[in-house]
Order: sequence, then C-alpha cells, then structure tokens
Amino acid sequence: MTATTQLAPQWCDLCGLEDLVENSGICALVNNQQVAIFTVNIKGEQQIFAISNWDPVGKANVLYRGLLGSVGEEIVVASPLYKEHYSLTTGRCLERDDVSVIAYKVRREGDRLQIAIE
Amino acid sequence: MTSLTSENRILIVGNGMVGHHFVEQLHQNHPAAQITVLCGESRLAYDRVHLSSYFSGASADDLALTDADTYREWGVEFVTNAMVSDILREEKKVVTEAGTSYGYDKLILATGSYPFVPPIPGNNQPHCLVYRTIDDLEAIESSARESKTGVVVGGGLLGLEAANALKEAGLETHVVEFAPQLMAVQLDSTGGQVLQDKIEDLGVTVHTQKATQVIEQGRQARYRMVFADDTFLETDMILFSAGIRPSDQLAKKANLQLGERGGIVIDDHCVTSDPDIYAIGECALWQNRIFGLVAPGYTMARAAVSHLTGGDTVFSGADMSTKLKLMGVEVGSIGDAHERTPGAQSYTYFNQPEGVYKKLVVDGAQKKVLGAVLVGDTSDYDTLLQYALNDIALPEQPESLILPSSDAAPSLGADALPATATICSCHNVAKSDIVSAIDTGCCSLGDVKGATKASTGCGGCTALLKNVVDSELEKRGVEVSKAMCEHFDYTRQELFHIVKVNGIRSFEALIESHGKGLGCEICKPAVGSILASVYNDYILKNEHLPLQDTNDIYLGNMQKDGTYSIVPRVAGGEITPDKLILLGEVAKKYNLYTKITGGQRIDLFGARVETLPEIWQTLVEGGFETGHAYAKALRTVKSCVGSTWCRYGVQDSVKTAIDLENRYKGLRAPHKIKFAVSGCTRECAEAQSKDIGVIATENGWNLYVCGNGGMKPRHGDLFATDLDTDTLVRYIDRVLMFYVRTADRLQRTSVWMDNLEGGLDYLKSVVIDDALNINQELEAQMSTVIENYQCEWKTTIENEASRKRFRQFVNSQATDANIQFVEERGQVRPATEMEKKLGSNKAIPVELV
Ligand code: SRM
Ligand SMILES: Cc1cc2nc3c(=O)[nH]c(=O)nc-3n(C[C@H](O)[C@H](O)[C@H](O)COP(=O)(O)OP(=O)(O)OC[C@H]3O[C@@H](n4cnc5c(N)ncnc54)[C@H](O)[C@@H]3O)c2cc1C
Ligand code: SF4
Ligand code: FES
Repeated sequence: MTATTQLAPQWCDLCGLEDLVENSGICALVNNQQVAIFTVNIKGEQQIFAISNWDPVGKANVLYRGLLGSVGEEIVVASPLYKEHYSLTTGRCLERDDVSVIAYKVRREGDRLQIAIE
Repeated sequence: MTSLTSENRILIVGNGMVGHHFVEQLHQNHPAAQITVLCGESRLAYDRVHLSSYFSGASADDLALTDADTYREWGVEFVTNAMVSDILREEKKVVTEAGTSYGYDKLILATGSYPFVPPIPGNNQPHCLVYRTIDDLEAIESSARESKTGVVVGGGLLGLEAANALKEAGLETHVVEFAPQLMAVQLDSTGGQVLQDKIEDLGVTVHTQKATQVIEQGRQARYRMVFADDTFLETDMILFSAGIRPSDQLAKKANLQLGERGGIVIDDHCVTSDPDIYAIGECALWQNRIFGLVAPGYTMARAAVSHLTGGDTVFSGADMSTKLKLMGVEVGSIGDAHERTPGAQSYTYFNQPEGVYKKLVVDGAQKKVLGAVLVGDTSDYDTLLQYALNDIALPEQPESLILPSSDAAPSLGADALPATATICSCHNVAKSDIVSAIDTGCCSLGDVKGATKASTGCGGCTALLKNVVDSELEKRGVEVSKAMCEHFDYTRQELFHIVKVNGIRSFEALIESHGKGLGCEICKPAVGSILASVYNDYILKNEHLPLQDTNDIYLGNMQKDGTYSIVPRVAGGEITPDKLILLGEVAKKYNLYTKITGGQRIDLFGARVETLPEIWQTLVEGGFETGHAYAKALRTVKSCVGSTWCRYGVQDSVKTAIDLENRYKGLRAPHKIKFAVSGCTRECAEAQSKDIGVIATENGWNLYVCGNGGMKPRHGDLFATDLDTDTLVRYIDRVLMFYVRTADRLQRTSVWMDNLEGGLDYLKSVVIDDALNINQELEAQMSTVIENYQCEWKTTIENEASRKRFRQFVNSQATDANIQFVEERGQVRPATEMEKKLGSNKAIPVELV
C-alpha cells in the first residue's frame, strides 16, 4: 500500500451570510464553477449545504432553484426540471446510479460563508 | 467442471460491455481470483448501448461503466491500448501488438464485433466513418463540423440511430438502404413503411433499394455516391452501418473452431474448442447464432463465471425482442415477427392517419403469441412479450390485445404472470426473484430495485416491475398508502380541514403538529396551495417561499434550458393595439421568442432569471398583470367575439369572459382551472372542453362544469340553463370553492367530478339546493380571496428584497454561460447540446441589454 497524502482544503470566500435565504437555495460562482448553496432549518438549527448547480439530467444550471426536503433521513433537493433528488450531503442522485453532483464543504467565517476547494 | 483456485490466472481479452460484466461477476463470486484485462481501446469499458447520448451531451465519463480506481480496488490488473495479436495455446500465453506477452490458466475472449464496411471503391476516404466506439464518435463530431450533408449506409437499428445523431448535429441527413425496407430484421414490410414515413416526416430522407457502386469526388458536395441504377447522391460525409461482424481473427489464427460465416463456436458453458478458452459476447457463436444485444452477452458472462467457479448456470439462448425509440418513433419487435413458424396466423391493426401499425402473430391454434411488430405505439409491448415468453394462453379474442383502448382488452395483471416470467431482461430478474426479495424483507419499489438490480439497466421494465411489486405487497397485506407522501399521512382534503379548523398559517407549524421530516416537492407546494386558498396571502411572503415550485417562486415557467417564459394576462383574449406593440417591443429588446398560446394570449420565451424583474417592470408599467401561467390557479377565460360583432351572437361573451377572468384571477386550486365563454350555440370558444364553460342562450347563460382538454379530454356536464349573470357568478363561486376544498392534489375538476360520490346530481344539490348548508361559507371564502387579490409581479418588483432573489449569482454579475440560443425562422431557440459543443459559428450567445 502506498501512503496517501491528504491535502488540506483551500477555503474560498463564497458570499455573505445575509445572502442566504432560509429553507431555499442561492447560487454563487467560484472559479467559474456554479455552486448551489442551501440553507435548511433542521429542528430549529440552520444548516448550510453546497453542491454543484449543474443538473446532469436536465443539462442546465438550475439545481439552486429546486425544492428542499427529506427522503427518509437524507436531506435533498429536487431538481426543478425533472424532479430527481440529490443528497445535499453527498451529491448522490437517489433515483439514478449513473449521475451525481459534487458536494462541497462550507463553513461560516465571521459574517461570510466559505467553501472548501480541494 | 473446473474449480478455481487463487493461483489461477484469468486473462480477459477485450473490455467491452460483456468483458466488463464478466470481470464484475467473477470478482463478486470469487474475490480472490487473479484477473488481468487486456483492453484494445484507449479507455476502460463504457456503455455502448447509450453511445448516441454522447450527441445529446453525455461525456465519455458519463458513459463509463467502471474506472481505474474501481479495478484497482478489486485487485484487477488492466492494460489499455493493448490489442492482442496472437494466442500461443501450447505456451498458454497471448502476445500484444506491442510485443508484450501475458500468461494465463484460463483465457476469456470478449472481443465483441466490428462494423462491416461494404467493399465499395472509395470507401476509405477521410470522411467515410463507422459508428461503434467513442473514438468513432469523436471522428464523426469533427467531420460533422465541416459538413452540411451526411449519409448513413444501412437502414437497420444502428443505422437509424446513427442517422439521428447526424440530424442532431444539424446535418441534412439521408439513409441509404440496400433492402426494400428499413429494419428488415425486426419489422415486416408494412411496419418498415410506416417507420419510413414517420422518419421522413422528421426530415431524414430515406432511399431504399439502392446499391452503392462507387464513391467518387462530388460536384456540389465532397463525395458523390453512384448507385447501381445510375442515380446518385452527393454528400459531405458517409457513415457505414451495414451490419456487424464478430471479431474472431485472433481465434482464427489460433485455430479455434469458427462458424462457417465467422464467430467463435462455444458450448452452453461458453467454452470454445479449447477447454481453457472461453468466448462471450458478440464474438461468440452459439448453436450457429450470434447475439448482437447486450443482455445475451451478460448471460454468457454469467454462464462462463459459473462454469469457472463450479456453479450450474448455463447459456441456453436468448430472446432477441427489442423495444426502442428511434428519433422519437416507438418501434417494437417480438419473436417471430416475420410469421416464419409453419401455420402461423396474424392479426393487424393499421391506423394510417396516426402512423400506428401493430401486428400480432399467433400459432395455428390461436393459443399463443409467437411474435409481434409494433410501430408508432409500443404501449402493448410489455404485455405481448410476457404472453410470448411465458406461453400464456391467449384471450378469447386475441385481436383485443392490439386494438386501441377497447374495453375488452384484458390487461395482463401481475398475478397472471408465472413465477418464471422475466421481468427485467437487462439484469435477468424473474418474477420469482422479486417475490423472494419481498419475502426476505424488501417492502418498497426502491428496496426491490436495490436488492435485485431490476430496472436499473435500460429502464424498459419500470412499469411492469412496479405492478409486480405493488401486487405482491398488497397480497401480503401491506397497505398501499393513500398518504400524500412520506411526510404526511393525510390526503389533501384532510390537510385542508386540518389547516382550516386549527387556523394553521405555516408549513412549519403543520409539519410539526401533523407530519414528519422536512417535507418534499409533493407536500410543500400542496400545503402552499392550501394556505393560499384559505388565506390568499401574498404567495411569496418569506415563510411561504420555500413551499413553492420554482415556477411559482420565479413567477414564470422554467424552460428546458433554465430560462423562463413570460405570459401576461390578456383577459378574455382581448388586447389593445398599444399593448400588443408593448409586448412586441419587450420581446425585441430582450430577444425573446414569441408565440401565441393555445389559451388566447402571448408567451415570450427565453428570459434569463435575472432579467425577469426588469421585463415585468416594463410590462406592469404598461398595464399588464401576471397571467399565472406558472400556477395551479385560474389560467385563461377564452372567449369568442360574441354579440358585439358576430351576426349570430346572442350575448356579450367577451365582456362576460373578461369579468370572470378578473374575478377569479389568482385563485389557488388543486390544479389549474380554465374557462371559456361562447356567444351562441356554435361554441367557437370551445367552452364544453373547459373546467367552467359558459354558453350564451337567448335568455341568458348555460353553465357547463368539469370539462377539460389535455391528456384525457372530457366534455363538461350541463349544470344549469338560462341563468342570469348574477346567478351564473354565484354558482361558479360555489362550484369552484367546493372544488378547492374537497379535491385531491393535482386533481382536475373532471377527475374530481368522476370521483365525487353522487356525481353531477350531488354537486347540483350542494350548489343549487344548498344540501350541505355551506353555500354562505363558500361564497364568503371566495370573496375573501377576491378582495385579497394582488398581482404577484407588481408586488415583487416593488420590493427590493424580492428582486434580489432573481440574481443568477449572489457574488457575480456574470450570466449563465450554458444558456445559448440559435436562430430559427427569424427568432431564437435554445441551442441543442450538439450545437453548444460545436460552438462558435452556430450558437449565438445572447447579448444582455
Ligand atoms: C404555452 C402553452 C402551449 C402553447 O404554446 O400554446 C402551454 C404550455 C404548457 N402546458 Fe399546456 N399550454 C397551453 C395550453 C394548453 C391547453 C389549451 C387551452 O388552455 O385551451 C391545454 C388543453 C386544455 C386543458 O388544459 O384542459 C393544455 C394542457 C396541458 C396539460 C394537460 C392537462 C390535463 O389535465 O390533462 C399539461 C400538464 C399538466 O398541467 O399537468 C400542460 C402543461 C403545460 C406546461 C406547463 C408544461 C411544462 O411543465 O412546461 C407548459 C408550460 C409552458 C410555459 O412555459 O409557459 N398543458 N395546455 C399554452 C398556454 C396557454 C396559456 O395562455 O396559458
Ligand atoms: C450505437 C450502438 C447502439 C446499440 N444499442 C443497443 C441496444 O439498444 N440494446 C442492446 O442490447 N445492444 C445494443 N448495442 C449492442 C451492444 O453494444 C453490444 O451487444 C455489446 O456492446 C457487446 O459487448 P461485447 O463486450 O461483446 O463487445 P464490445 O462492446 O464491442 O467490446 C469488445 C471490446 O474488445 C476489444 N477488442 C477487440 N479485439 C481485441 C483484441 N484483439 N485485443 C484486445 N481487445 C480487443 C474492442 O476494442 C472492444 O473494446 C448497440 C451497439 C451500438 C454500437
Ligand atoms: S402540448 Fe406538451 S409540448 Fe406542447 S406546450 Fe403543452 S406541454 Fe408543452
Ligand atoms: S429490462 Fe432493462 S432495466 Fe429492466
């Protein structure tokens, strides 16, 4: 076995916390990548998730405009075009094995939101 | 029978779909096996079946069936670009073109097949191509970039798929076929003709009975194909798709037994004439047949793995029935499509105007299905296939199986299928597998899919699988839930009462008290609509916002490319010249596609999300309001010109239409609602096909209710006659509010009525005789809704915070680069994925104003 090196993620500024919309999505551009950012209120606590904005089935940049919800324990967004569900934590598509989206790590830094670019 | 030890080296030549399936199966059954894969192509296995999706935007990565990491994880060694040139059987090793040799204990040949290129002089020029690999696609793509016309040689299944790809690439496309018809293997001559007519309607020209003699230099285009009958066709590129030939050269050199016309001979265990060499997939010949489909190849792979690991699965042939969609045309072929079985008889149904052709082939005794041909409509395919595969006895009138919606048609329920019936042929899942998955604990469609892999291949069996699963679950007493979704165990009607009775005003409060989880795209909009019907709050209040479908949030319908359409209200279809001009000016300024809708108004398409507020500001200032085209709400009230102008009109239908539209605009409902008002019995407004239809009489108005067009048209029922205008309005108030309160989610008035116990008479008794004593309440609720009406667009543009929601990016002024248009008939339309790929000259990025 060869040892693997874990690169420390690089944190990039994404947007202000005031840009977030409760229980909804917004979109930001990072290194020319479109990132969909969601705020979900879970048991009174505000959690923030980020995935890529590209809908691999509908082939359009629209995921941030999808409806949020849960399927079982999984927190998901439903694509506004053809309604596939994507996990906000892993980017997995619940209906199809052959597509998925990137899930990003985000963190709050003061009144700003940052995203991890690896 | 062999038994595998971990010292055995398994060497696989060819990493196509079947070679990969073998690796996967062997790894699963025998993780310790030492596996080496020699891969002729530059990449690991990919999905050849969906190759054409490359032209609609799938990338090579999307098509990949595996990757280097997965193989490494499985301990599978592999070499790409490794074409094997020799097998040294005595030494038990193979040698690649590069001269490297690899030893084996067991050798698996999975070399597939190659496209046959007819020996026509001139067939080897630069723009003469084939269609089999991703590399081929790249070559086609770059040739298409320099071509205007393309010809596919061969009108079989793959040829037509290739033609579709050329058409998508924007080429003028022709198909040249040697035989007198298309898809001669799968279809009979009438079927071939129907298919040809349909494909020609789509703009692909088909030339049958043409034998190409030579390909020479063209005058108008790059090449000229000269045919045996001295006619010719000019084209810039040629794609050969004239059949496949097994890749058996290696086996031939090594003196393995081949068939007369090629193919490596195998037995039921996929063993060749050398007991240490197996052949699987399209290179293999079993009982003198080659199987050019992926499912039989997978079965061969499983048989070979089974033989190696001491199992007892064998290959015993395969069903070659196919169902597919070619350029949007449905085509199906089952079993003996050509009536070759002695004594076979057939039934045909041929609907020429609609281009539907179905043929059912049965045995002489009319007891069982032997085969079928379906063109234009394959909805009967699953049922017919099950009849054919399982020898199910035919019904009294076999023709009922292919006649359109005859009530006699016995639908083949899941229960009628024998346990051995194959439900999913991609993954070889029988009904008994599904039953045992359920017996061992699966209790939903998703569970069964996960456990059996059924319906995760081509997807063709999805509906059948669901039927079987539902019926098996019901048999076990699992209640098939009427709940709205996993978050609420109530119907829409029940939730409506809960909201009203408890005075609940938000989704959070409702899910907290009566539901679970976070909600979803089913319950959130439904609750949003209930809240709006009960209170008619501004729909985009912050707390309601997350409940709305994107169409409602952005107050426009999302189109396929993520842009929106804009449909201002044009009540009754009446519009002033000034307003028409304003619409034209806005469309011009923002470069929007303009179309008259089927609802008597004008739709402007292609607006980027960030331009919506600006556009609507202009429209609102010019006196327009939102048309609610995005909402489950009142859409339009169509009118005819009526007594003001028309010589037959007996009432002012335009005025009534406008008044009704203004009265009910903004009313949220379980589904959309449409009205029409006609000025006399000639019914030019088509009121009888609307949820609410009004037709003028000498004495007033006749009211029709619960009609619709759409997927399942239903004429409205005559509800009351000769009403004066006030009574008309009162009745409509009550009908609509009763519908809003009692219908299920996404239930149109027609379906609501059909499910209403007591039907029309009951509705009359409620609305006319006040049998439930609720009319006062219904009217009061309607007037609250009407009083609280606001144009959502006006409210939105007046509010800075709301306008901010329409930014594409919170951190940049850039626009979405994926939205690109091309020009067609003097207006824009979204560029296809292919046009975007080709880029530059064809796709025109839209200028921002
Ligand atoms: C624009 C228009 C087609 C056109 O170019 O003419 C249209 C476009 C759409 N129709 Fe329609 N329908 C349009 C008139 C109709 C009509 C004709 C009419 O209203 O007289 C019908 C049949 C009449 C009826 O509904 O009873 C019609 C029956 C449907 C149906 C089937 C409804 C049904 O109950 O079977 C759907 C699907 C649905 O609603 O679930 C649908 C759905 C749609 C959707 C929303 C599909 C979608 O999700 O994208 C389209 C949205 C277009 C957009 O972005 O604005 N559209 N649609 C028409 C808009 C009328 C308007 O001014 O608002
Ligand atoms: C456009 C298209 C659409 C199709 N649609 C369908 C469909 O809808 N349904 C269906 O069932 N089937 C369809 N097929 C057929 C299906 O793709 C094949 O049945 C399947 O791919 C066969 O798998 P295979 O592994 O036997 O051969 P292949 O997938 O052809 O793989 C063989 C591999 O072996 C390699 N190879 C050959 N010789 C050597 C050598 N000497 N050394 C090393 N490597 C070698 C080749 O390069 C190739 O990568 C379609 C095929 C095409 C081209
Ligand atoms: S008929 Fe179909 S394609 Fe045409 S507008 Fe209506 S929904 Fe769209
Ligand atoms: S038949 Fe293809 S997925 Fe089941």
